[in-house]
Amino acid sequence: MDHKRLTLFAGHYGSGKTNIAVNYALSLAGEGKRVCIADLDIVNPYFRTKDSEGELSRAGITLISPRYANTNVDLPALPPESYRLVQDKSSFGVMDIGGDDRGAFALGRFAEAIKEEGDYRMAFVVNCYRPLTSTVEDAVVIMREIEEAAGLKFTSIVNNSNLGRETTRETLLGSLDFVRELSRVTGLEVWMHTAEAEVAKMISEIPVFPLTLQKRIFDLPG
Amino acid sequence: MAERILMKGNEAIAEAAIRAGCRHYFGYPITPQTEIAAYMAKRMPKIGGVFLQAESEIASINMVYGAAAAGMRVMTSSSSPGISLKQEGLSYIAGSDVPALVVNVQRGGPGLGGIQPSQSDYFQATKGGGHGDYRTIVLAPASVQEMASLTIKGFDLADKYLMTAMILADGTIGQMMEPITFEDAEIKTYDKPWALTGTEGKRKHNIVNSLYLKPDELEKKNFERFEKYAEIEKCEAMWEDYMMEDAEICVVAFGIASRVAKNAVAAARSEGIKVGLIRPITLWPFPNKAFEAAENVKAFISVELSMGQMIEDVRLATGCRKPVTLCNRTGGMIPSPDEILEAIRNAGKGV
Repeated sequence: MDHKRLTLFAGHYGSGKTNIAVNYALSLAGEGKRVCIADLDIVNPYFRTKDSEGELSRAGITLISPRYANTNVDLPALPPESYRLVQDKSSFGVMDIGGDDRGAFALGRFAEAIKEEGDYRMAFVVNCYRPLTSTVEDAVVIMREIEEAAGLKFTSIVNNSNLGRETTRETLLGSLDFVRELSRVTGLEVWMHTAEAEVAKMISEIPVFPLTLQKRIFDLPG
Repeated sequence: MAERILMKGNEAIAEAAIRAGCRHYFGYPITPQTEIAAYMAKRMPKIGGVFLQAESEIASINMVYGAAAAGMRVMTSSSSPGISLKQEGLSYIAGSDVPALVVNVQRGGPGLGGIQPSQSDYFQATKGGGHGDYRTIVLAPASVQEMASLTIKGFDLADKYLMTAMILADGTIGQMMEPITFEDAEIKTYDKPWALTGTEGKRKHNIVNSLYLKPDELEKKNFERFEKYAEIEKCEAMWEDYMMEDAEICVVAFGIASRVAKNAVAAARSEGIKVGLIRPITLWPFPNKAFEAAENVKAFISVELSMGQMIEDVRLATGCRKPVTLCNRTGGMIPSPDEILEAIRNAGKGV
C-alpha cells in the first residue's frame, strides 16, 4: 500500500472514520513507521479515538486528542498539539475528522499548510447501507459539503459498506457497483475496501483492508 | 424482504417519524440526541416539511403545542435537562388534549449532569413531570429497531388518545448503530375535527385551550381524562417476557439495561439458576399483568441506570408481597453483565 505523509479520514457521521483511522495508524506502525494520530472530531463526544488509547500506545503511536475527550465535558475544542501533525514532517500523520460538513470545519484551520506540503490523501469514508449515503447522488452531496467546509478536496474513496454485526461477504460485495459508480462520477480512486477482519478474510475477489481492532460500547444480544 | 440499513438509534427515530407522517419538527440541540435534529434538518426541507431550531427548549415545546392544535403530526426531541425545560408546555398540551410525540434520550443527572446514558428520568416521565393531574404514554425502546417501531407506535397512540406519547430512550441506544428494516408499516390517520384549521366561514370556530374559568367544568374535564387513562391502562400495556416460563427469580429491566440484563440471565441459566426477565416496553401504563402472571417468582431484581425509580412500580405491581432488590449504576455508568449476574446469584441464595 502506498502511503502519503498525511492521511485524512472524513465522511458522513457514522461511516466508520474513527475505526478506520485507528486501524490504518496501527498498520502504518506495523510497517515500522513513526505515526501520530489526531482526533479532530468536534462533533460527536461519544465515540473517540481515545477509546483505543491503550492499543495505540502499545504500538508506539502518538495520540493527540482533545483534553476533554471521554469526559462529560461536551466542548468542541481542538487540541493545541494538533498543529504538530502538520509541522513535524518526520512522522506519518493520520487525522480523524468529525462527521459531515460541521465536523470538517475543524480541518479548515490546517488546509493551507496541508495543501502547501502537498503530500496528503483525503479519504471519503462511505457506507452505502447508511440512510443518507445510500445513493451516489446523496453521497456526492455530503462529499461536496465536506470539501467546502474543509477547504480541501477529496483525493480518494474508502468503501466501508457494512451492516454492523450482520455484515457478510455479500454485504461488501453488494456495495461494489455503488462504489464504482461513485468513483466514476467523482473521478476519485477507490483507495481501499474495508471490513472487520473476520469478514475480510472470506473475500478473495478484491483486496480488503482488515479492521482488526473493533470498538463497541459492549456486546449486546438481541 | 425489505432492505436492511445501518442506523444510529437517533436517526431511526427521525426516519420513523417522517414515515409516520410527521412533517413538523421543533427542537434545540443537546447531546446525546442531536442526530435527531441533524437528520430532520437534512430531510424535512426535501419533503416539504418544517425543521425549526427554536431559540430554546421552552419555545420548541410551545411550537409543538401550536402545530398539534392545528392537527399536525408533530414532534420534538431533547435530552434530560432540555426535557425539564419542556415540562410547562407538556402540561399545557395535556390540559388541551392535543397529540404530540416527545423524545427524551436520557443523560446523567440531576442538573447539567453528564452526557453519558442514564435512566434517571423515569419518575419525571411516568409520574407527570409538569404540574396538574395528567399522564403521558411512555415507550421504552431497547434496540435501534424499536426506536423506529415505537416512534411509529407513539404517533399512533398520541393521535388515538389525544395526548403526549414519549419515547424514553438513553444515550447508548441513541448513539449505537444496528442494522434495521423499515417494514411497510400501516400508518393510521385520524380525523381531527377539533383542530384549528380555519373555519372558512363554514363552521363554528374551534378552541384549543387549557384554561377553565369554572372549577366544576375543570373537575369534569379531569374526571373524563382519567376515564381515558383507565382505558389506556387496560388496553395498551406492552412488555416482553424472556425465559419466564419456570422462573423463580425475575430480573426487571427496560431499555439499555434490559439488553445487558439478558446477557446476565442467559449466563445465570447456564449455571442452573431459574431466572427470567420482564422487560416493560410501556413504562406508563406499567405492565402490571406481566407480574400477575409471574406468581411462581420468589424474588425480583430491578436493574436500572438510576438510584431506583422503576423499583417502586415493581413493588406496586407485586403488591409488595415479594422481595424486590435493586441492581443499579448511575451518572452515565452502565452495569456489566457480571454485576447483574452477581445480583442474580445473591437473590438465588434466598430462594
